[in-house]
Amino acid sequence: MPVLNMVQAINLALKEEMQRDDSVVILGEDVGKDGGVFRVTEGLYDRFGAQRIIDTPLAESGIVGAAIGMAVYGLKPVAEIQFMGFIYPALDQILSHASRVRARSRGRFSCPLVIRTPYGIGIKAPEHHEESTEALFCHTPGVKVVVPSTPYNAKGLLMSSIRDPDPVIFLEAARLYRMIKEEVPEGEYTIPLGQARIAREGSSVTIIAWGSMLHRTLQAAEGYDAEVIDMMTLSPFDEETIYNSVKKTGRVVIVHEAPKTCGFGAELSASIAEDAMLYLRAPVMRVTAYDVVMPTAKLEDYYTPDVSRIRKAVEEILKY
Amino acid sequence: MPEKIIESFQIRRLDILNEKGEANGPLMPALSDDLIKKMYELFILLRTFDRYALNLHAEGRIGTYASVLGQEASQVGSALAIEKSDWIFPSFRESGVYLSMGYPPRMLLQYWSGDERGSRVPDDLNIFPVCVPVGTQIPHAVGAAAAAKYKGDKIAVVSYFGDGGTSKGDFHEGLNMAGVMKLPVVFICQNNHWAISVPLKQQTASKTIAQKAYAYGFDGIQVDGNDVFAVYKATKEAVDKARQGGGPTFIECVTYRMSDHTTADDAKRYRSQEEVDAWKSKDPLLRLKLFMEKKGLWSEQYGKEIEEKTKEIIEKEVREKESTKDPDPKDMFTYTYTNLTLRQMKQMKEVES
Repeated sequence: MPVLNMVQAINLALKEEMQRDDSVVILGEDVGKDGGVFRVTEGLYDRFGAQRIIDTPLAESGIVGAAIGMAVYGLKPVAEIQFMGFIYPALDQILSHASRVRARSRGRFSCPLVIRTPYGIGIKAPEHHEESTEALFCHTPGVKVVVPSTPYNAKGLLMSSIRDPDPVIFLEAARLYRMIKEEVPEGEYTIPLGQARIAREGSSVTIIAWGSMLHRTLQAAEGYDAEVIDMMTLSPFDEETIYNSVKKTGRVVIVHEAPKTCGFGAELSASIAEDAMLYLRAPVMRVTAYDVVMPTAKLEDYYTPDVSRIRKAVEEILKY
Repeated sequence: MPEKIIESFQIRRLDILNEKGEANGPLMPALSDDLIKKMYELFILLRTFDRYALNLHAEGRIGTYASVLGQEASQVGSALAIEKSDWIFPSFRESGVYLSMGYPPRMLLQYWSGDERGSRVPDDLNIFPVCVPVGTQIPHAVGAAAAAKYKGDKIAVVSYFGDGGTSKGDFHEGLNMAGVMKLPVVFICQNNHWAISVPLKQQTASKTIAQKAYAYGFDGIQVDGNDVFAVYKATKEAVDKARQGGGPTFIECVTYRMSDHTTADDAKRYRSQEEVDAWKSKDPLLRLKLFMEKKGLWSEQYGKEIEEKTKEIIEKEVREKESTKDPDPKDMFTYTYTNLTLRQMKQMKEVES
C-alpha cells in the first residue's frame, strides 16, 4: 500500500474520481499545467486534458459561479480557490447561490460541487494566505463543510464529497499537506460525511479538534487520560459521537485555529450545554486563536493555539 | 517611434420596426403571420398579467412585485427566439420571458406572494428560478454553457440582466470567462435606463453597453429594445451562432422601465414625468399593433377577442393561485440538502408539534 502525504492522497482521490466519472471536472487558477500552487492537481492536466482540468482567469466569484452553472447542468465540478483568504469574493456565490439552488428551485435543480481550498496556519505566507474561516460556511444551511486531518481521511472524505449531491466546502490544512505520511490505499473507499472519529480514547477529558489543530491536540493529550475527537465534518456535525464522549468524560476542551468569537467552537460549546449539560462536571473550555486580524509570519505562532495552551486548558478543567 | 492606433471598434445598432409601425423590409426577419400574432398575444398576456399583479399587490394579496411594463418587446422578442432545449438564467424582472416560455402564470404569482413552490420550474423548461442578487446569475450561465460544450450538447445558454447588473464584478468575470473559453452563451442586457434610482449615466461612462463586449473579445450589438422584430432577429442570430460553436454574443436591448422599480419603490422621487411621457410614444405594443393593422393581421374584433381571452386566462390563474393552500411548514426543511440532517429532523419535529 503506498505511503502518501496529504497532497498525494488528495491528488489520488481526484485522479480516481475523474477516471471513474466523466462528469468530474476541475477548474481554478493554475490548476492545469502548473498543477496548482501546492501541486495538488499535478499530472492531472497531462492525463485528462484542458477540457477537464480548466485553468480559469483570475476570478474567484467567476470560478464558483461557473462551477454552479456546471453543476446544475449535470457536471460535478471541483473548484479550487487558491487560498481560503481569497475566498471572500466568492462568498456571494457560495452563500447566495450554491447553498440555495436546491431550495430555491424546490428540488428541480441541485448543485453537486466541491470547493477545495487550502486553509490555515503554518506556511509563513503573506496576508490572506492563512485564514481559517470555516464558521462562515457552517452558518450557511445548504453547504457542507469537511476538514480532513490525515492523508487517509482526506482521500476517503474527498471521494464522498465529490459524490455528494450537495455543495461541499472541502478545507485542506496547508500545514498538513506535507507534514504527515501514512498508508493510503489505491482504489475506491469513502468515509461518510457528517461523522466524527475518536482519534484517541480516554476517559477524563474530551478534546475536540479538526484539521491541523488535531495533531497539536494529540501531542498535548499525551500524559493525560484524554479522549480526542477529530470532527472531520463540521457541517453537519456528529452530535452523537461528541455527546457519548461527554457522557464518559464530563469535561470538554475545544481547540480551533480560528478566532474565538463566533468560531465553530461556540456552536459546539452551546450544543453541549443544551443537550449534554447534566453530564458536565466543568464548564466547556475553548482554546482558540485570538480575536485579531490574522497576523503574518512573525506572530502567527503566538496567535494560534499551541501545545502548552491546550495543556493549560486541560489542567484547568481537570481541577473541577 | 510615432504613436499609432492599434485597435478601434464599431458598434452595430439594429432597428427594424419604427414608432409608426413601419418595418425596414431588408432587415425584417422571416416571420410567419402566426408568430407575429403570437408576439402580440404574449404582449397582451404580459400586460394583463402585470396589471393584475400590481392590483393584487395593492390589495395585499401578493407581496413585492417587479413590473415589466415597457419591456415586453425585449422579453417576448428574445424568448421566442430561444428553443426549449436551451437554458435560461434570468434576473428578477423577466416575467415576460417566463410567460413566453410557457411558465404557468399562477406559479409566478405564487412566487411573488412568498410561496416558494412557485419556483419549481416545470420539468420541460430549462429556465432558472428568479435571481434576486444583481448580476450573480451571469457566471451560472457561463458555467452551464461550459458544461454544454463539454458534453457536446448543441444548445445555447441565455443570461438576462439589467443595466445595473453590468456594474457588478460578476458581469466582468462571467463575460471574460465566456470570451476566453468561447462558450455558447448569449448575454441579454435590458438597458431600461434605471437601476432603482440611479440613471444610466451614473451607472456607466461608456457610450453604449454593447461596446463592453468588445473588451471581452466577442460581438456586442445594440438593438431597439422596444422593437420586437429587432430583438427577435438579434437573439435568433446569437443563439444560432452559439449552437454552431461561434461563441458568445452580447445584446443590449435599449428599452425603458415604465413602472416603478418594484411595488416597494416610488419612481416619482427621482425621475421626471417628461422623461416617462417621452417613452410612451415608443411603446412596443403600440408599434406592433400598427404594423399588424397595416398587414391586415389586426382588427378591432381580434384585439377585443384576445383581450377578453387573456383576461379570462389570467383571472383563472389568479383564482387557482388563491385557492392553493399555504405550504406545509415542513417544506422549509425538505430542500436544504438532499437528505435531512439529524438536527433538521429534530427541528422539523418541533415545527410539527
